[in-house]
Amino acid sequence: MHDSPPKIKVEQFSSWYGDKPVHKEISFHVRANEVLGIIGPAQSGKTTLLRAINRTLELTAGARSTGTIQVDGEDVRWVANVYELRRKIGMVAPLPVGLPLTIYDNVAFAPRCAGLSRKSDLDALVEKCLRQAALWDEVKDRLDSLGTKLSGGQQQRLTIARALSHQPEILCLDEFSIAIDPVTTMRIEEVLKELRKDITIILVTNLTQQARRLADRTMFLWNGEIIQLDRSEVIFSENPGNQKTYDYVHGIFG
Amino acid sequence: MISRRRRYEILSERSIETLIYLCGISAIIFVFGICFFVFREGLPLVFKEDTNFSLGKFFFSTEWFPTSMANKRYGALALIVGTLTVTILAMVIAVPFALGATVFLSEFCGGKFRETLKIVIELLAAIPSIVWGFIGLTVINPLIIQVFHVPVGLNALNGAVILALMAMPIMVSIGEDALKAVPDSYREAALALGATRWQMVFRVLLPAAKNGLLAAVLLGVGRAVGETMGVLMATGHAVNIPFFRDDGSFNWGWMFESVRTLTATIAAELGETSQGSDHYRVLFLIGVLLLSITFVINLTADLVVKGIRKQK
Ligand SMILES: Nc1ncnc2c1ncn2[C@@H]1O[C@H](COP(=O)(O)OP(=O)(O)O)[C@@H](O)[C@H]1O
Ligand SMILES: [Mg+2]
Repeated sequence: MHDSPPKIKVEQFSSWYGDKPVHKEISFHVRANEVLGIIGPAQSGKTTLLRAINRTLELTAGARSTGTIQVDGEDVRWVANVYELRRKIGMVAPLPVGLPLTIYDNVAFAPRCAGLSRKSDLDALVEKCLRQAALWDEVKDRLDSLGTKLSGGQQQRLTIARALSHQPEILCLDEFSIAIDPVTTMRIEEVLKELRKDITIILVTNLTQQARRLADRTMFLWNGEIIQLDRSEVIFSENPGNQKTYDYVHGIFG
Repeated sequence: MISRRRRYEILSERSIETLIYLCGISAIIFVFGICFFVFREGLPLVFKEDTNFSLGKFFFSTEWFPTSMANKRYGALALIVGTLTVTILAMVIAVPFALGATVFLSEFCGGKFRETLKIVIELLAAIPSIVWGFIGLTVINPLIIQVFHVPVGLNALNGAVILALMAMPIMVSIGEDALKAVPDSYREAALALGATRWQMVFRVLLPAAKNGLLAAVLLGVGRAVGETMGVLMATGHAVNIPFFRDDGSFNWGWMFESVRTLTATIAAELGETSQGSDHYRVLFLIGVLLLSITFVINLTADLVVKGIRKQK
């Protein structure tokens, strides 16, 4: 597994919103089928990094970047089909973004955009994704009601089902537990443990312990720079080899 | 004990409150005043005896001869149909254009270009209707005659094009607000799921903004129904139901027939009537009809905006 080519390779990546720099020449890679945790205080550039990977950063007027991000060896900037790239990556936002559609249509959205229209195929796919996100049993009787009528935790699982609906090879989760209760958080963590067998996961998290529980390796991003990137055992050990990491992980970061 | 200063504050606060209250009340009083006036001038005709007027004929007869010496007739059906024809035709023309312009403005262009476009559209809204009527007479009508090879003369299409142009700015600016109100996170979520921009617009934005867009259309309709000068000048002013030929067969060229609207009739005829006459009162009844139509449209728009329409 350690010899396989990296799923994502970031080199000398810098980014700006207007004149305001965010990342400062960071380089790292994500291995196929690993869970990479990203921790770091607010405003460090975690969200921006994810948005650069699926090329939604360019939707913000004034956002720029240099350096390269490769997915499967291909520079995302020059991919022939940006829609295909985005379908390769599932994205889950901090606050669940329930599109103003029914539960069914939320999950069927991406496959339909990709051209799938057979009802039976869609039905099967919707059920599969909702099951994967541990939501099927709760919503199977009301697939036709609005997604926004679900509770916060259910909505977040709906967005996970939706992110899985285009069968991505990479799943990016951006502080998914920020607005949901601990019980639901644990349920989703169980879901992720299942998913990690098949796909590569980037887990940006506000709960450092979550990275410890789930991530193979963890990156400490601070102020647009990688302070440390190592196996999670090392990052969360009593002696990570970096004082800043130790301070942040142990909550004495100032 | 209340100090002097405190008493002064309470007093000034009270008087400001009263002032604002009066302003609010006065708006209501004006609306009711106008309604009262229009109804008072129009309604007596409905209950008057020994007159040629009857409500049944008013709504179902096409014979509008209010100034005939021998036999006055007050059938407004042709005028109602005229208003409906021109308004609906105008909306058929305006809605697709306005929707396209709205989507283009809010999703597909940015920066200076967008600001310029918005200013141009607002300028369009500021053109007085008499100028539109003039443009209809001198530019659009000759164009229609040339393009469609129809007989010389003013027609419903001409009026509809003008109404469309007049209603479009209000529809675009309200429609744009509706699209702007859709959170950016929806856009990003849709695109992150691999949707193209068009898919994002059609499958997420338009459904999400549908109430606001519907309200925009309704306000455009209200604008079109109430418009007077432009259509008075542009539609030809013949009392005529355009859909049937003399032999009763369907007239496929209906949009090239001359028609007359409710508003234009009031504008053209009220000056010639003597106050209190049947003719005078029937014009006010038309006013009552117009008031009711626009009231219903605006109320619907309001309810739609408030989202009282039940969602599934
Ligand atoms: N849309 C935006 N426009 C301008 N600046 C932004 C935008 N989004 C984020 N930023 C700025 O970029 C920096 C990194 O933000 P972000 O990537 O959201 O950090 P994090 O997710 O780690 O909290 C912050 O300083 C933030 O203020
Ligand atoms: Mg963030």
